[in-house]
This record gives sequence, C-alpha cells and structure tokens, in this order.
Amino acid sequence: MGVQPYLLLAAVVFGIGLFGVITRRNTIGILLGIELMLNAVNINLVAFSRFAGSETGMVFTVFAICITVSEAAMGLAIVILLFRIRRTVMADHLDLLRG
Amino acid sequence: MEMLAFWVPAALLVASGLGVVLSTNLFHSVLWLALALTCTAGVFLSLQAEFLAAVQLLLYAGGIVTIVVFAIVVTQRLVGDRLSHTNRNLAGGAILAAAFVGIIVDAVARSPLGHARPAMPAGDLTRTIGESLLTRYVLAFELLAVLMLAAMLGAVYFARPDD
Repeated sequence: MGVQPYLLLAAVVFGIGLFGVITRRNTIGILLGIELMLNAVNINLVAFSRFAGSETGMVFTVFAICITVSEAAMGLAIVILLFRIRRTVMADHLDLLRG
Repeated sequence: MEMLAFWVPAALLVASGLGVVLSTNLFHSVLWLALALTCTAGVFLSLQAEFLAAVQLLLYAGGIVTIVVFAIVVTQRLVGDRLSHTNRNLAGGAILAAAFVGIIVDAVARSPLGHARPAMPAGDLTRTIGESLLTRYVLAFELLAVLMLAAMLGAVYFARPDD
C-alpha cells in the first residue's frame, strides 16, 4: 500500500490540530489541538520507521510520547495555576504580559 | 484486509479530529480526542507496531485524557457558558491548515517513495526497541528520565495548594 496514505493521514490530522490551535479560545481547547498535532507526528514517525525496515523511528516515537505527556502535564498545571489567579481560561483574557 | 485495517481507523481518526476542534462543549472535545487517540493506536497496529499501539493506549488515551478531564473539572463551569468557543481567526486558520496540508500532499506526490514493506529486524520488535533504547539511544533515554522528573516536579510545584 505504500507509505503515502500514512503521510497524507498525518498531514490531514496535523492540519486539523493546527486549525484547532489557531481558532480555539479556551486554553485547554488549544492544548487539545496541540495533542492532535503531536499525534500526527507520531503517525509519521512510525510509518517511516516501518517502511525503512528499522526500529529507530519507533524508539523516536517512544521518546516523543513521553515528552508529550510531560508537556501536557506541565501545560495543564500552568492552566490550573492561571485559573486560580485570574479565574478564567479564555486565551483572550490572559493578557498579563501585554505591553 | 490490510487496507481495511488502515482505512477504518484513518477515517475515524479524521472524523474525531474534526470533532475535537469543532465541538462547542469542551468535555465533548476531550471525548472526541480519546476516540482519536484510540484510532491512532489502530493505525499503529496496521503498521505492525504493536508495542507502540499499547504505549499509545496506555499513555495517550489513558493518561493524557485523564489529566485533561481533571483540568477541565477544576477550571470550568461546565454548564451555562454562553461565550463563543472560537475566535475571529476562523477563516485564516482554515486557510493556513489547508495550505499546510496542500504543501505536504505536493511533497508526497513528488517523492519517489516505494510501495513495498521491507522486512523489519528479525525477532521480537518489542525486544528490538528495548535493546536499542538501552544500548544505542541510552543517552537520550537518561536525558528523558531527567526531563520527566523535572516536569513532574514542576507540575507538582505549580499545582500546590495556596499556603
């Protein structure tokens, strides 16, 4: 079947996640879009690893999944802390750093 | 049969991805994301990466969905919000995403990638991944352990009670 359908699937899922990151107002919604994008990258990595006949891409994917989990935990901890301070998670209202 | 094993999770993955970004209820978005991550595990199975499918189900569909649900429960009034869920960049975002997909489709169409699946390294793939993780990529493995420890400490510090 070739590697092309996997690459196209990963590109479409990445585009959907990118659309979510750009258009969502809720910070947690933006984080969900980021998860979709990282998922698409993992599909790409595993597809290339399979079609190169090597396990290197799969090791890379294990690293990417672990790093994604760490980033999600950190991002959500920041969101919870921001909610405690500002009582909102809407990205429009989180403008403490605005000049 | 191999095509069915790919196209069913792929179509469901695209549909649930659209559900994640287009749903107006944030909790529904998280449930669509859980379905999307499970479909990705199906895609990994069609690539004969069983270990990664299991890791995906455990860490992504199990772990990340759980912590996102906890974050939503802590920070949201789940009913009664009448704010719009999307900002004013709807058209720009759609154009940007479509442009990105177009670039990738163009690159894939031009590239002379093969159609045959070569043989994977002999023996158990999980064992091969584990061995190369601890021999060839051991430095990255140790750095990953340090990173995860730092992330855990940071998250615990950030979310500590106010006293």
